[in-house]
Amino acid sequence: MDHGPAVEYHECEELLKYKQKAGLRLFFVYSAIYGIFVLLNTVFPRMMESVVFFGLNLAIVYGIGLIVVAIILGLFYNHQCTKMERRLDTSGSKTLRGSE
Amino acid sequence: MIYTASPLAVGIFFAVVAAVLGISFYFGRKTTSARGYFAAGGTIHWSVNGIAFAGDYLSAASFLGICGMIAFSGFDGFLYSIGYLAGWVVALFVVAEPLKRMGKFTFADALDSKFNSKGIRLMAAISTLVVSIFYLIPQMVGAGALVTPLLGLPHWVGVTLVGGIVIFIVTTAGMKSTTYVQFLKGALLIVFSVILVFLVVDRGVQDIPYEGYHDFITLQAELTDGSVTSLSDPAYTIKGEYTENGLHFVKLEKDGISNWWNLEETGTLTEALSIVTLSDGTVLYNGAPREDQLFYPVGNMHRITVDGEQVEEAGSLNIISFLAVIQESEVVRFIADVFISGDERVRIWYQKVTPGNEILSPGLKFHIDEGSSFAEKMNFISLMLALFFGTAALPHVLIRYYTVPTPSAARKSTIVAIAAIGFFYILTLYMGLGAMISGVLDVESSNMSAPLLAQSFGTLMFAIISAIAFATVLGTVSGLIVASSGAVAHDFIDNFLGKKFSDHKKVIIGKFAAVGTGLIAILLGIAFKGMNVAYLVGLAFAIAASANLPSILLLLFWKKTTAKGITASITAGIISAVGIIMLSPSMFTRYGLEASSAPFPLDNPGIISIPLSFAVLIIVSLMTQDKRQPFEVKASTS
Repeated sequence: MDHGPAVEYHECEELLKYKQKAGLRLFFVYSAIYGIFVLLNTVFPRMMESVVFFGLNLAIVYGIGLIVVAIILGLFYNHQCTKMERRLDTSGSKTLRGSE
Repeated sequence: MIYTASPLAVGIFFAVVAAVLGISFYFGRKTTSARGYFAAGGTIHWSVNGIAFAGDYLSAASFLGICGMIAFSGFDGFLYSIGYLAGWVVALFVVAEPLKRMGKFTFADALDSKFNSKGIRLMAAISTLVVSIFYLIPQMVGAGALVTPLLGLPHWVGVTLVGGIVIFIVTTAGMKSTTYVQFLKGALLIVFSVILVFLVVDRGVQDIPYEGYHDFITLQAELTDGSVTSLSDPAYTIKGEYTENGLHFVKLEKDGISNWWNLEETGTLTEALSIVTLSDGTVLYNGAPREDQLFYPVGNMHRITVDGEQVEEAGSLNIISFLAVIQESEVVRFIADVFISGDERVRIWYQKVTPGNEILSPGLKFHIDEGSSFAEKMNFISLMLALFFGTAALPHVLIRYYTVPTPSAARKSTIVAIAAIGFFYILTLYMGLGAMISGVLDVESSNMSAPLLAQSFGTLMFAIISAIAFATVLGTVSGLIVASSGAVAHDFIDNFLGKKFSDHKKVIIGKFAAVGTGLIAILLGIAFKGMNVAYLVGLAFAIAASANLPSILLLLFWKKTTAKGITASITAGIISAVGIIMLSPSMFTRYGLEASSAPFPLDNPGIISIPLSFAVLIIVSLMTQDKRQPFEVKASTS
């Protein structure tokens, strides 16, 4: 049955473990920030009305903040992974199993 | 509302459709193999794929549904933006690279990469089809909503038109053309949304949105024993009253036209919008036939406050002061209700002055403030859970990981997607709030809020935004149909049934599957007319998160996962999620029944179905361990 990857990759174990660990760490960090947001909205919805700065309330600042934080964490993760890929010099080495 | 087609809008619309078809033809000629059809040959550059991700993801739900929900429910609509974007974090940090390493054409490839299990193949194919169809419904509903004002055609024509064009695109080309269509559409959507937001913020906030905006009248009423007995304007006569749950509506007649009004606690009657269906089937819009155009567009400020001072308008603002002014001011919203009075069925939208701090805080749609029930809070948590875990389990998102050449390209394209999608979702807040106060809302269709906001800046802007929105639907539907056809041709026929066809025949089977899925989508799109598309997509997320995500995560991170565990988990996820949706209050309303009679109190199943699917996977896996050959997870080492 042919359902393996279309492209075989040769990434060393150390790199894979690093990426997985870094990804999981950042995932848990973001999940915690997101979880607190959902919890605040559910348990203390009136707290979200309090003005934080520039006339904007906590709901708006936290909500937009969640979007911005996702982008920043993504860029940070990519930076770390790319740095490690360069150090171990394995990324991009690949063997095509078939081509169009 | 009455919509009339403009030649400019029609021209731009057909130009966009022609461009989409042109791209499809161009790439279609080059696609001959299954790998080319289902995965664009794995040759797409990560930056193009990232924007194409955005194109795939920023569907009718994001553009039409979320803007509409913000326009009608403020911050609660924006919660969808936050949840949809947060889901990408799961995709990036946990799923993107491992899935790329393990799969070939579909996410079933990845799930089954260690087992060679027919059960996984079958259930993954079914799951892909179910999620895709649930996701297709809102896209088709959105298409129907768009075509009405754009081309002056009925809803069902719009749905059929989109279905027809997409079936044509998908059967002539495949994943490569879909990718470039998505790239183009994603980029255009973001660029023109930026322009629209700039126009909204620059216009600022006015007391009266525009010249000619309907002046909603108020009357003073005198009450005796709770009933209205006289009015401040003798030209009106009292024709009926209806009281329910603290609401008091009064039917008044003037110049032979009857309309319903809302009686406030202060004794003031405020004009409302109403659609009345008489016993003989006649439908009256504010007491007159629809053609008389007495059913007005709405949405305006009630009181504008800037730095503590009340003003008539707050001209050219910036992205922070725009929000701050709304936060300090008061907005008139139109709240829907339905009741039966005598032999009339009345759908009413009455005015409610809402403080800005309530608009920009949770609670207008999701009842989670003090006094809300446990079920209402659970409903909210359930939705946010489904949005968070749904993205990384959507078939049309997952197949895009196979269009790039390497796992690092999959990661980078996800980051481009997060940046593009995140930026767009911040724009939805401004577009939704802009629509809320611009006097453009069609209370019958929240989905039309963003295009109608664009219309307030002229026909050209309306035409461009509507055409892009239509291309949005075309692109997303194309991606979903490619995912579905891959599930049928590759997962079901090739791998489950074991029918070995040539590459060329596999593509033909995929195209037949695309036609079938497209036809189903057309029928469902017509059946679900009028439902908010962001809400409908929320259901697709819940099914995806319940059926697919537990299997993906535990396959990657739990060594004891077995094939039977995955098969059982997908089965439990689909059945529980779809079952709960079918028994939910919203669906009961759709069936024409009382929402309160629904046996299950939640609208979104995630909080039950996601943990259930995880539990089933763990229990079944533990029960089906092969002690002779312990399974080792090599998810990231293939």
